[in-house]
Amino acid sequence: MTDHALQSNGEAVTWHLAEAEDHDHGGNGATILGFWIYLMSDALIFASLFAMFGVVSTSYAGGPVPREIFDLELVALNTALLLASSITFGEAMPHMEAGRVGPTRFWLAITGLLGAGFIAIELYEFAHLIAEGAGPQRSAFLSAFFTLVGTHGAHVTVGLIWIVVMLIQLGRHGLSLPMKRRLICLSMFWHFLDIIWIGVFTFVYLYGVLR
Amino acid sequence: MTEHSLAKTIFGRLTWESFPVHEPILLTTFVVVLLLGLGIIGAVTRYRLWGYLWKEWFTTVDHKKIGIMYMILGIIMLLRGFADALMMRLQQAIAFAPNEGYLPAHHYDQIFTAHGTIMIFFVAIPLIVGIVNFVMPLQIGARDVAFPFLNSLSFWLTAAGAILVMTSLFVGEFARTGWLSYAPLAELDYSPDTGVDYYLWALQIAGVGTTLSAINMVATIIKMRAPGMTMMKMPVFCWTALCSNVLAIAIFPALTAAFFLLMLDRYVGTNFFTNDLGGAPMMYWNMVWIWGHPEVYVLVLPAFGIYSEIVSTFTGKRLFGYSSMVYATVVITILSYLVWLHHFFTMGAGPSVNSFFGIATMVISIPTGAKIFNWLFTMYRGDIRFELPMMWVVAFMITFVIGGMTGVLLAIPPADFVLHNSLFLVTHFHNVIIGGVVFGLFAAMVYWFPKAFGFKLDPFWGKVAFWGWVIGYWVAWMPLYFPGLMGVTRRVRYFHDPALQPWFVVAFIGALIILVGILGFVMSIVMGFVKRRQLADTTGDPWDGRTLEWSTSSPPPPYNFAFTPMVHDLDAWYDMKVRGYERPAQGFRPIHMPRNTGAGVILSGLALVLGFAMVWYMWWLAALSFVGLLAVAIGHTFNMKRDYYIPAEEVARTESKRLPLAAAEA
Amino acid sequence: MSSTDTHMDPALHSHGDTHGHGSRRGYRIGTVLAILLTFLPFWLVMSGVLQDRQTTAILIFAMALIQIVVHVVCFLHLDTRSEGGWTLLAFLFTAVIVVLTIGGSIWIMYHLNTNMMPMPDMGAPPQ
Repeated sequence: MTDHALQSNGEAVTWHLAEAEDHDHGGNGATILGFWIYLMSDALIFASLFAMFGVVSTSYAGGPVPREIFDLELVALNTALLLASSITFGEAMPHMEAGRVGPTRFWLAITGLLGAGFIAIELYEFAHLIAEGAGPQRSAFLSAFFTLVGTHGAHVTVGLIWIVVMLIQLGRHGLSLPMKRRLICLSMFWHFLDIIWIGVFTFVYLYGVLR
Repeated sequence: MTEHSLAKTIFGRLTWESFPVHEPILLTTFVVVLLLGLGIIGAVTRYRLWGYLWKEWFTTVDHKKIGIMYMILGIIMLLRGFADALMMRLQQAIAFAPNEGYLPAHHYDQIFTAHGTIMIFFVAIPLIVGIVNFVMPLQIGARDVAFPFLNSLSFWLTAAGAILVMTSLFVGEFARTGWLSYAPLAELDYSPDTGVDYYLWALQIAGVGTTLSAINMVATIIKMRAPGMTMMKMPVFCWTALCSNVLAIAIFPALTAAFFLLMLDRYVGTNFFTNDLGGAPMMYWNMVWIWGHPEVYVLVLPAFGIYSEIVSTFTGKRLFGYSSMVYATVVITILSYLVWLHHFFTMGAGPSVNSFFGIATMVISIPTGAKIFNWLFTMYRGDIRFELPMMWVVAFMITFVIGGMTGVLLAIPPADFVLHNSLFLVTHFHNVIIGGVVFGLFAAMVYWFPKAFGFKLDPFWGKVAFWGWVIGYWVAWMPLYFPGLMGVTRRVRYFHDPALQPWFVVAFIGALIILVGILGFVMSIVMGFVKRRQLADTTGDPWDGRTLEWSTSSPPPPYNFAFTPMVHDLDAWYDMKVRGYERPAQGFRPIHMPRNTGAGVILSGLALVLGFAMVWYMWWLAALSFVGLLAVAIGHTFNMKRDYYIPAEEVARTESKRLPLAAAEA
Repeated sequence: MSSTDTHMDPALHSHGDTHGHGSRRGYRIGTVLAILLTFLPFWLVMSGVLQDRQTTAILIFAMALIQIVVHVVCFLHLDTRSEGGWTLLAFLFTAVIVVLTIGGSIWIMYHLNTNMMPMPDMGAPPQ
């Protein structure tokens, strides 16, 4: 471990670390922590959007109010899809740990399909609202609603692209260490989006209909 | 399709009228910039430097080179921002009734907006990030940052933002809405031209770079400290860098979100900050200042770290009250998030809100004051060497304390109702930002320059720079507290009261003295280069330093440390020197390093095109560059060859070059 | 993201244990709790069993907070040990900032709306 212990004033001082430790080059040990910090900063973007929504959540400007436009059954279905996708991603992780490429890809693909279903329903909801004249330009409340929910949806879309890329790369590289690291990051990202959605369905949809 | 609509499809709203050929000032600037640019391109081509620049600099992932590029960007943008300042000062010095001055309102408004925007986003931030980038990994005994590619991307995104701002000088125009582009003035109804769009896209692109860089620095400090360097044995500069970057991660999302919402208002027609349909313009101020106030601490905390390092080095003493310094830094980090409303006391919040934020603001001065005392006590009975870096520190302490005290005055809500938007406020923040951040950056550049380039800056011109800045600052700004107190407001182009003119003439003279300081600094680099043999630093430790960066050669090898150091003491290098450390001469091993990549440059170039296309409504180009961004980003993840080894023989060769020098030092 | 070394990576292995077999039980518990905590608030609001809207609101927000904690602990495997406690510290810091951002903004803007003169079309009441 120590390759340069020097004698000085009678005491042995270790000045250098043996390089076998290989602790120093970037990226490896720091990726998980770095990605976690990124998620925290992303959470703060959502916090700002939630704050914006909170401030204008009753600024209907004479336009439609939540009770008229939110279809809770659709939202419940969407919530179920996203929660299910979080659970299926959780199913993929032990397979990844064990290095089983096939099941990992299978559960990842299922997760992606559930996520795609979520996005499809959200797009349907948006199209429906805009067709009804409740588009983002109608009032500050609707602006904030479309932006908050849409930003979450855009994140899920990025997650979907990421899943597709991972499915391809898993086929090419198998479960090498960088691939495992990327999968861990992706799983953190996916669970994070589900957490944001908890805030969305409670604060925007349920509380909106309630008041 | 008619020719007109075809042109509109291709060029959006860009037409011949967008080029300011009728404005003599801009035209002259453009010609000068064009000639300079052609000259540089010609020289680079003539001496066949393109390959060298691309391989060694543009694609580099070495934190030292990226740090240096940040510094170069910051200094170039300082010249631009300062030119704006001089133009404003000249206008205000002569524009007294009946003289209208030489700048039309349309142009003057762009200048004060550009000055503030550039000085904060493209001067202060790049210079601070550059110093942290260069120094911090060396101080913690690391070979690079945690994510070297991300570091390169961060820099090039910042540069892309700067280029977009500079483009607005010659294509279209810049915002006329003040440096934070307040709503509803910045809404499409009141600012229909390209100015605010340039502003938003430039800052959004650069902001992504700053956020990514902050994440990178925090991960580096947490994960890559040399063995033995516990958090409480970490140099103060690294502590301040950590807190500053943590703060940046916490606040930039608010700015990104605010700009994003304003963009939606302008491009999609939403109603976040509009006057009608339920919009809440003051919410923009709220979000922007959630970013804005902590941002000054993002800038000043690393400066505090710089002062701490320099004071301790040039007094030959351990820093007084290291742990209190660390706690003060952490407390400032948290408190700075609780004061943002003091920027809009006058907006009509009730007494409970105003008093909460007023008291929180005053409380911040306590840890800051503790730091000042720590530096004073470090100097007390120290063996002070008044070399250039130390001179900057003393100038800082004298100047900054006054700025801090006027800040406490402004923190009192009733007083703020009088002083809000006055020159008193403008003078206050120039006092703390020039006295705190800018002086610190110059101290840092003088202090670490020999580490980066292997020779010291020319001391004579360095002193010219110092006295120019310090005297210039005091002449330019201190008098302006008085008209400010009397109620003169900021951003005024034309005055009716001739009695005020002497104040502004003095301020203009002060600005000219600062110009001497800036030219002096450029000269100190030029003359330092000319006399580089005389001023050479062969030891790697020109100032008798105390922290690990001085244990490497000047400039450090690409891998920084042939062996990862073990740390036993806060002042690690001082400890090594005292206990008779000898540099190992054999036993070198291959060193694992990240490989250079051009992905950062390409991605940033595409982001630049995307920003430009969106500003001018060239939708096809925007879509194309967006798809390109995605494709390159995804393509980059398929590149698995990202590292290489420096062979042991090469390490041995590099180290042996330095050994005779090290022997001479002993 | 950056230098991707393939052969030695102690940090990654040490991370593995947070995803290891020990947490499978936690993951199952988390799944059950998450489903429950999602179903209950929807049921409360959609069926309107509680006459009092305020109680319902408090309940759904409380369940949202609990579910966020469940997700963070059971799915993101946040605990005091992972990454030497830094992830937990970062999370707590972020939580404080989130509360300050949302709470502070709403407090400030509420004050503004009550203190400033009302405009004719401002804050039109819900129908």
